[in-house]
Amino acid sequence: MIRIQELKKHYLMGDSLVKALDGVSLHIPPESFVSIVGPSGSGKSTLMNLLGCLDTPSSGSYKLDGIEVSSLNDNQLAEIRNTKIGFIFQGFNLVSKLTALENVELPLIYSGCSAKERLSRAKEALAKVGLGNRLNHLPTELSGGQQQRVAIARALVSNPPLILADEPTGNLDSHSGQEIMQLFKDLHNLGNTIVLITHDNSVANQAQRVLRILDGQIVEDKEVS
Amino acid sequence: MGVWQAFRMAVKSIRSNKVRSFLTMLGVIIGVGAVITAVAFAQGSTKQITDRISALGTELVQVSITGRNTNRDITLKELEEFTLENEQKIAAMSPLISSQYTVKAGRNSVDTSVKGTTYDYSKISKQDIAAGRYISDIDNEYRQKVAVIGSRVKDELFGEEDPLGKTIKMESQIFVVVGVLDELNQGQQGTSDDQVIIPITAAQRLMKNTSIRNYSFLAASAEDVDSVMDVLTEYLTGVYGSSDMFRINNAAQTLDTLSSVTDTMMTVLGGIAAISLLVGGIGIMNIMLVSVTERTREIGIRKAIGAKRRNILAQFLIEALIVTGIGGMIGLLLGTSAIWLIGKIGIVPAVYSPLWMILAFGISLLVGVVFGMFPANKASRLNPITALRHE
Repeated sequence: MIRIQELKKHYLMGDSLVKALDGVSLHIPPESFVSIVGPSGSGKSTLMNLLGCLDTPSSGSYKLDGIEVSSLNDNQLAEIRNTKIGFIFQGFNLVSKLTALENVELPLIYSGCSAKERLSRAKEALAKVGLGNRLNHLPTELSGGQQQRVAIARALVSNPPLILADEPTGNLDSHSGQEIMQLFKDLHNLGNTIVLITHDNSVANQAQRVLRILDGQIVEDKEVS
Repeated sequence: MGVWQAFRMAVKSIRSNKVRSFLTMLGVIIGVGAVITAVAFAQGSTKQITDRISALGTELVQVSITGRNTNRDITLKELEEFTLENEQKIAAMSPLISSQYTVKAGRNSVDTSVKGTTYDYSKISKQDIAAGRYISDIDNEYRQKVAVIGSRVKDELFGEEDPLGKTIKMESQIFVVVGVLDELNQGQQGTSDDQVIIPITAAQRLMKNTSIRNYSFLAASAEDVDSVMDVLTEYLTGVYGSSDMFRINNAAQTLDTLSSVTDTMMTVLGGIAAISLLVGGIGIMNIMLVSVTERTREIGIRKAIGAKRRNILAQFLIEALIVTGIGGMIGLLLGTSAIWLIGKIGIVPAVYSPLWMILAFGISLLVGVVFGMFPANKASRLNPITALRHE
């Protein structure tokens, strides 16, 4: 699924060279549930951006679903993001003027899906996250937990091989957070590949496998029972 | 993603910001509305003038004596003899002196144009009489104080009464109404229905002015116009010793001059149009830039879930196009109403110019593309990572 070789991301901040990611090699097989944990500044956001094809590495190789993505251009990356990755963010990142249904439809609009298919798939995805009765609500009319469910439905709707979640419980109370984590476990059991990025060990330990990152390098790789 | 989807997204975004969208449109609305109204006004007044000139006929040659303090002036008698000598070419000749007077009859009064002339003026002005008779050569010979009045003057002074034989007063001189002119312009003010015609001899006395500076010649046919102008020039140069002392005009020539003036007027209006639409366009660009900044996060989300650069570009460009398009439509509607109103009030006749309407609307769309391009391009180039972090 994901195969990373010596991935590096260096950039200049002022005069000093920042090694945000300094030689990371990683293999994540399909149908795994992996969490990447580390304190702020450890390079996990950089890794997340690279895994999410939002950014390109300074050097190294990144194969996603068999495609070498480290050297693609903007438009090609957009297409990869559209078809191969489902994003879930800490701040939900829903378009505030669109209803739950319209938000979930967005990725399909950009992939050129027909209106009819879009609607049925979006409804199906919302039903999967337990929001089948909130289709026409605006994000502001939904609770934080519900907004995150809409975001998860949006990530699922195009059946991407990889679901990438960045601090998905960070803005939620512990109860909603636990519900979202349960949803991730359910999705994993249904065969989805999930990579979850967090700074919270208790969240990270709910995954199958935990990767600890510090100073741009993976310092621990352990299986959780 | 199809154009239709982009269109729907743009409409949604415009509708969620109604007041701002309307204010953005205002520049285009005013621009387009003003342009087509101004053009219609210009074309309307041109039409009005051209109609009046061509109503006089292209066989008409007008002479005005411009030189002052000359040793000798041409007299009416001399020109009458000249006309007789050239009667194959010249069908009619009449002198004209005119001035504005307050004309009274009983308690009623009206301000109108009073013209002193001769019988031939009826042929030259192509305005016959509806009742009574025209002023005659005998009236002129005996300095009769008689008058032929236009329909507006009749209505204002006598209403439904028969004016023939009644008297009117100008500067305390009394004139007898002997005829009423045909109504040619629905009795409107300032037209040939709004005048009083009196014998030139009586007019010279009334206006305390003996020098006649305007003469009209009617050529026997349109082909004779050039030769009439030639003999007149030759004759008058002989009398005055210089061709600077008089001017000879023909309606056809006047129309030519006028059309070049109109062209200039149109060019000036076109320039103003361009400037007003440019200002509108800058307004659109300004608001679009604000909108892009405001929606940076939304753009980031869209890019993260797979929107390509051209998807974002299309969304913002179509948004700009819709704003200018709707603005242009409203402008067209307002402008057309304004033209209709101007025509209704009767300032100038309403002239609807489809060419200018299409042009103004087309330019407004062009403004949308040109000024929407910069903000749309800016939006499409946003980096998704930084856009997502934007608060």
